Amino acid sequence: MIINHPLLGPRDSQEFIYLGDANLIERPDWQAANAVETFHDYLYLRDNPAGEHRELWYHEQGDRSWLVVTRNTVTHEISKVELARDVARSKGRSK
Amino acid sequence: MPDHSLAPLLPLGGATPRRDTFAGLTITENPDVAIASVACRMGRDADLAKAAAALFGTALPVPGQMVAKGDWALFWTGPGQWMATAPFATHEDISRIVKAGLGDTASVTEQTDAWVRFDIDGARAPDMFERLCILDTRRMAAGSANRTMIEHLGTFVLCHRAGEAFSVLGPRSAAASLHHAHVAAAKSAI
Amino acid sequence: MNQMNRINGQPLGGTEATGAPRSGQANRLSGGQIDHAKTLNFRFDGKTFQGHPGDTLASALLANGVRLMGRSFKYHRPRGPLTSGSEEPNALVELRSGARQEPNTRATVAELFDGLEAMSQNRWPSLSFDALAINDRLSTFLTAGFYYKTFMWPKAFWEKLYEPIIRRAAGLGSLSMETDPDLYDKGFLHADLLIVGSGPAGLAAALTAGRAGAQVILAEEDFLFGGRLIAETYRLGSGSGADWAAAAIAELAAMPNVRLMPRTTVIGAFDHGITGAVERVSDHLAVPAAGKPRQILWRIYAKRTLLCAGAIERPIPFENNDRPGILLAGAIRAYANRWAATPGKTVAIFTNNDDGLRTATDLIDKGVSVAAVIDTRPEGKTLAGTTHLKGATVIDSAGRLGLTGITVRLGTGETRQIACTALGVSGGWNPNVHLTCHQRGRPVWDAKIAAFVPGADLPPSMSVAGAATGDLTTSGALASGAAGAVAALDALGITARAAELPEAEDAPVNVTPFWYVKHGKGRAWIDQQNDVTVKDVKLAHQEGYRSVEHLKRYTTLGMATDQGKTSNMAGLAVMAELTSKSIPATGTTIFRPPYTPVPIATFAGRSAGKDFRPVRQTPSHKWAAEQGAVFVEVGMWKRAQWFPRQGETHWRQSVDREVLATRNSVGICDVTTLGKIDVQGTDAAEFLNRVYANPFAKLAVGKVRYGLMLREDGMAMDDGTTARLAEDHFVTTTTTANAVGVYRHMEFCRQCLWPDLDVQIISTTEAWAQFSVAGPNARKLLQKIVDPGHDISNEAFPYMGCGEITVCGGLRARLFRISFSGELAYEIAVPTRYGDGLIRAMVEAGKQYDSVVYGTEALGVMRIEKGHAAGNELNGTTTARNLGMAGMVSKKKDAIGSTLSEREGLNRDDVLALVGFRPVDRSRPLVAGSHFINVGAEATAANDQGYMTSVAFSPNLGHSVGLGFLKSGGARKGETLRAVNPLNNEEVEVEVVSAHFIDPEGDRLRA
Repeated sequence: MIINHPLLGPRDSQEFIYLGDANLIERPDWQAANAVETFHDYLYLRDNPAGEHRELWYHEQGDRSWLVVTRNTVTHEISKVELARDVARSKGRSK
Repeated sequence: MPDHSLAPLLPLGGATPRRDTFAGLTITENPDVAIASVACRMGRDADLAKAAAALFGTALPVPGQMVAKGDWALFWTGPGQWMATAPFATHEDISRIVKAGLGDTASVTEQTDAWVRFDIDGARAPDMFERLCILDTRRMAAGSANRTMIEHLGTFVLCHRAGEAFSVLGPRSAAASLHHAHVAAAKSAI
Repeated sequence: MNQMNRINGQPLGGTEATGAPRSGQANRLSGGQIDHAKTLNFRFDGKTFQGHPGDTLASALLANGVRLMGRSFKYHRPRGPLTSGSEEPNALVELRSGARQEPNTRATVAELFDGLEAMSQNRWPSLSFDALAINDRLSTFLTAGFYYKTFMWPKAFWEKLYEPIIRRAAGLGSLSMETDPDLYDKGFLHADLLIVGSGPAGLAAALTAGRAGAQVILAEEDFLFGGRLIAETYRLGSGSGADWAAAAIAELAAMPNVRLMPRTTVIGAFDHGITGAVERVSDHLAVPAAGKPRQILWRIYAKRTLLCAGAIERPIPFENNDRPGILLAGAIRAYANRWAATPGKTVAIFTNNDDGLRTATDLIDKGVSVAAVIDTRPEGKTLAGTTHLKGATVIDSAGRLGLTGITVRLGTGETRQIACTALGVSGGWNPNVHLTCHQRGRPVWDAKIAAFVPGADLPPSMSVAGAATGDLTTSGALASGAAGAVAALDALGITARAAELPEAEDAPVNVTPFWYVKHGKGRAWIDQQNDVTVKDVKLAHQEGYRSVEHLKRYTTLGMATDQGKTSNMAGLAVMAELTSKSIPATGTTIFRPPYTPVPIATFAGRSAGKDFRPVRQTPSHKWAAEQGAVFVEVGMWKRAQWFPRQGETHWRQSVDREVLATRNSVGICDVTTLGKIDVQGTDAAEFLNRVYANPFAKLAVGKVRYGLMLREDGMAMDDGTTARLAEDHFVTTTTTANAVGVYRHMEFCRQCLWPDLDVQIISTTEAWAQFSVAGPNARKLLQKIVDPGHDISNEAFPYMGCGEITVCGGLRARLFRISFSGELAYEIAVPTRYGDGLIRAMVEAGKQYDSVVYGTEALGVMRIEKGHAAGNELNGTTTARNLGMAGMVSKKKDAIGSTLSEREGLNRDDVLALVGFRPVDRSRPLVAGSHFINVGAEATAANDQGYMTSVAFSPNLGHSVGLGFLKSGGARKGETLRAVNPLNNEEVEVEVVSAHFIDPEGDRLRA
């Protein structure tokens, strides 16, 4: 597959490491009363869509950016590639 | 150069740099480069740009690019990250030199001996590269700098002159394997 | 049969070659694309033959009158080539000998070279007399599904009896069982346009794109460019097709933007327009030139791909249609026109289309006798100059080891015997849609040519031109090739003008579907490679295997090296008829890569043998090798395992000596392989505080702290020490094995979880040569290395201190007072290039203390003696609590893994805890992996109390020691258990003790 890196352009997926669902960005609040439950759901519960999926890829043999790739799991078509750091910030993550 | 008693060992283990010559291609081990990484501190982009321009005499390169000015050559390695290189003989203590120039605008780390560098020269270079890595070295413009995989190893491929002058930086501990891969690919292609 | 042998008054028996001198190339014609002036010698089954440059093994054998080239897979039927290309099902041979022996090579694509050696396969004792041909007589039993039905039970018989017998009887070539001596390579190519195939469409496309200046790759599986143009006699403009092709190739070869790749098969169309191709660099040579690969696996990144793969002729099954001498009509025509060879002097043609007629006329022009043309079509033009039987079919053939004659059923119903030594069969042409299906595209039915053509859902960036689209005329192929290139380049914003094209034939093939001959009681072969007959398909239908995918698995139709390129259609057609469905409604199986067989060696490329993966050497490698060190692979690293000294004959002698010398005086060990990550930034401390379970925020500058890193699920991920060099600068170490994974994890935390923390990381593993110096004399040794200005006394440089120093007269270095062995110990780091010099200097300085350099084995012994957890204990299933470090997991801060560490199931009272073990009988060794069972309990999983993770012989204590996880371990010290090793049926009684066998109070560390 070819991933269109937002900074470097098209790069072969061979250069990347796959992690999984981009929801891993949304790490829960450790101080919440039900933190054990929310962390459990965060870590273990995944949608498994036949279709568009937002997922984390790491450009290990490249610029070491984590990317959020929107990929169709049926056709492998990639419709969007973003820097994970930007996505994290857009989700309100900061320090 | 500090006046100490320890003799350096070149990455390929020889006393002098290794050089392999093929028709239209040479592969030369180049130990005479000091390297320091530069990583921008959070939110200090403008300050770093200013300090870097003063220190290096040139702006920091954009993604995928390399710039050279005087003793310094700089290439982009990741968002907000670069490698600064200079002659080893005059800049062995490169991380202190760079840190002194950039102050608290950047994190600076000595990288000199993390890398083995091979200079690849000659018109047949792309014929060798196409058996080593994904990069399209045949159409790579001068000043391109890319990280990619060669022989399963993370490497940087720098293009000094399109089609005929490149450098490959790879992990120093695997220098022998990386060198073998280059020579094998060169023999295969030429 | 006897009657038939006398047809037309010609004596016919056995192979035609028996009557012809073998060296005389009795069936060699004139002309063609071979160099008649040069002769190549080659051997087939031990006999020497002559051929010419430009020949394939098949064409040279045919020219020598050899039609019999192999035995079939299941019934051991005599077989000759069916085709003249890579779709060949029958003519599979073993090429070369010794370590280079290569089974299942298609004779039809094996380029002839001087000295080529080939052996036929699947026969014993010889090709003409094969003992297992008895299978053919037993065919009533060996029908489809035979193995499934017969070898069902008893189950135990399968492995010992049935499988070996089946494997010996079936199968084709054999392996040499020697290591392949040749090199294989891989590479990457980039282009605007990849053109697959160099027939009329491919050449027209290449000229169009090349002249427009686009970056073009033209890949041709054959060693000659031109496709059917070099196998046909029709004119292109004023010259022959072959002349036009040669001129086109000459023009393309002169273009710097065009890369011509002969002997290159595009094997697959993968995601996002990436294609794979195999270039056979040296297959046409006896031995590859020095340093040159046998084959190269190319990964091609072309912005567009134009498939010009042509079409493949299909046979018409009839009874005994598999005898040597029965070929596809187009193949006979190609052998005659291109290779100047004919499988027989008297040829008959069996066709359902006009293309078959062309074979007859070409052969007549070449002086080959055409006995008859049997045409299934009652109507249509009549061919002059031969017997053209219309509305007729071939219903049987004769000849034990090669064709001697055929039986024809005329339109009137009467039969006629016709003597011939070759029969050309044409059932029409199938567009070669293989690559269009690799991304799950489905071909669609085109009634006009009674064949499947590429569907709409092509692989991304692929388009199709020429006969592969179903346009089977030359003029159509030329035009669609040029237009295809224009359109493909237009999509890239490159303007191209279609190349001006010569006038060419545009006769339709006028095919009338005719799938198989129904007359005759014997077997009509559909898939000759897998010995699948019309009857087998009927049986599959009868037993309910009606979907094409089931049909394939049940009968093996379409499997093996040819993947049913010539057989799938007939199988489909029979099934369609049986189910009363149309062919398109019956469907096709899915084509998958590779298009043709690829050796495993080609996929391995250079990553074979000692080059399987790169080797990482430590800075002291050269010195260690000089000492005769024994090395061990640790990931990609090669580390010294121990350093044998003269007189030591067993590794334990060396390791025990290294351990004792270290504990008694001082030992040096290269620990460079531990991962080192430089962590900087104003939030660096906060960052480390979150990635390690224990606190880091308040670590003082100049101090080192042990850190335990958890995964988010609470399991231990890694551990190591972190040194604070400055307020905003840390160096953290990882285990050797996890260096890459920890770095990746830190990047994830930095970018995805806390994107605004001011923290920057970079690996410095390679930049510093780092040595452990351990033992009571460690300080004394180092004081001879460290420059006098630096005070490393216990007061000035206490346990867990660190600092930047200089050594050996001014070299910058780092010193850490940390210990893995439990001794007074330091780790000292210098820039890597000076690591070799430093170990030599330290060994010299250590001489007065009888110092040793120790390897990973002694390192392991000492850490087990000390009770330090390592990879065996941090095995992905253990928590901080299991490791006895629950107290380190801070509950006052957020850190990865700390929340889920609190899960109830991980904190039950009886969870596993790390403890030490020693054998009750001190002379007995312990075995890692043993499970603990209470004394008196049965050794079952239900009674499992835990397991031993690490064991070593302690030379200090004089007996074996072990670390392991035990249920409620901390409360069971003093208890006796059994360490059971069911693999060896052994057990040893052990006593539960503290994991700290040496210096439990830690006095030595702080000395």
